[in-house]
Amino acid sequence: MKGMKALVYVTLKPSVLDPQGKAVLHALHALGYEEVGDARVGKLIELSLTGQDKDGAGKRVARMCETLLANTVIESYRYEILEER
Amino acid sequence: MTAAPGAPAPRSGAAMRTAVVVFPGSNSDHEAWHVVRNVLGQPAERVWHKETALDKFDVVILPGGFAHGDYLRAGAIARFSPIMSAVEKHASRGGVVLGICNGFQVLTEAGLLPGALMRNKDIAFISRDVWLRVENEKTRLTMACRRGEVLRTPIAHGEGRYVGDPALLDGLEKEGRVLFRYCGPDGALDDRFNVNGSERAIAGIVNEQGNVFGLMPHPERDAEPVVGLGQGRRLFESLLASFREAA
Repeated sequence: MKGMKALVYVTLKPSVLDPQGKAVLHALHALGYEEVGDARVGKLIELSLTGQDKDGAGKRVARMCETLLANTVIESYRYEILEER
Repeated sequence: MTAAPGAPAPRSGAAMRTAVVVFPGSNSDHEAWHVVRNVLGQPAERVWHKETALDKFDVVILPGGFAHGDYLRAGAIARFSPIMSAVEKHASRGGVVLGICNGFQVLTEAGLLPGALMRNKDIAFISRDVWLRVENEKTRLTMACRRGEVLRTPIAHGEGRYVGDPALLDGLEKEGRVLFRYCGPDGALDDRFNVNGSERAIAGIVNEQGNVFGLMPHPERDAEPVVGLGQGRRLFESLLASFREAA
C-alpha cells in the first residue's frame, strides 16, 4: 500500500550554545575548510506513515513534534511530508 | 542542627514513605533507596516505571541513570512512562518529588520543572566531585543546611548544562528557587568551577510551589563517611526534617 514519509528536522534554537557544532566547526577548520563560519548539529527523524492524507498527516506530525520529537524550550522543528511510491 | 555523620538515624516522629522510580536504564535507584532506608531509617521501595499509583508515598525520587537509553533527548522518553501520570498527580497534591541527575532531566522534559538540560559546554561526560553552594536554606530539601554552605558532591553527566531564557532565570533567582550553584571549595563563583557551563552556574532548582526539586549532582552517592565526606546526607535529612516539622 502506498504511504507517506515525514522528514522531521529538529535543530537547536539560535540562542542555544551548541558545543557539538563548535567541535565540528573546529575540526573543519583544522582540515583547512576556513570558509566555514559556523556549524550547528541537529537531527533528522524519518517517519513512515500510513494513509495518503497529507494535510492530516502534517497536523499529526506537528503534534508529534510538540509532544515528543522536539523540546521546544531549546529546539525548533520543521517537517516535510512526502508521498511514497 | 544535623546528627554527626554516621550516627544512627532517629526513628521517632513521622515516617517518610519514599518511592524510588526505576526506569529501564536507571542506575542510581539502589543508592537512593539505600540512603533513605538504611541511612535515614525510613520506609523506601523501588517502584517499576510501569506502575501507575504512588498514593501511599510521601516522597517520590526519580533517580540518576540513562532512562530508556537517553534516546532522542535525556528524559524525553521516560517522561511518557506510565508512572509519570502518578508522579504528576503526586506533585499536584503537594507531595515531594526529587529528581537527581537523569531524574532532573525527566522533570524538565515533563514540564514539572522549567528550563532544560543540555550537552555540557566541553561535550565531555564529567564524573568527579564538585562543590555546591547552598543558595536557599529555607526549602524542604535544604533546611538542614546553612545559606552559603559548601557541599562536596559527586556529579556524573554528559548533559547537565542548565539553560533557560533570561526572564526564567531572573524569576528563579528572585523567587529563591535556585537552590545550588557550582562553586569553588570556599564558595566562590568562577567559570572554572561551573564545570558543565550551566547558566548562572545553576546546579539545582525547585518549582514555584516548593515541592518539586531537581539537581544534577548526586547527593545519594556520598551520604555516608564510608564513601566520602557524606555531605549528601544533609539533603535527605532536610526532607525528613520537613516531615517532622509538618507532623
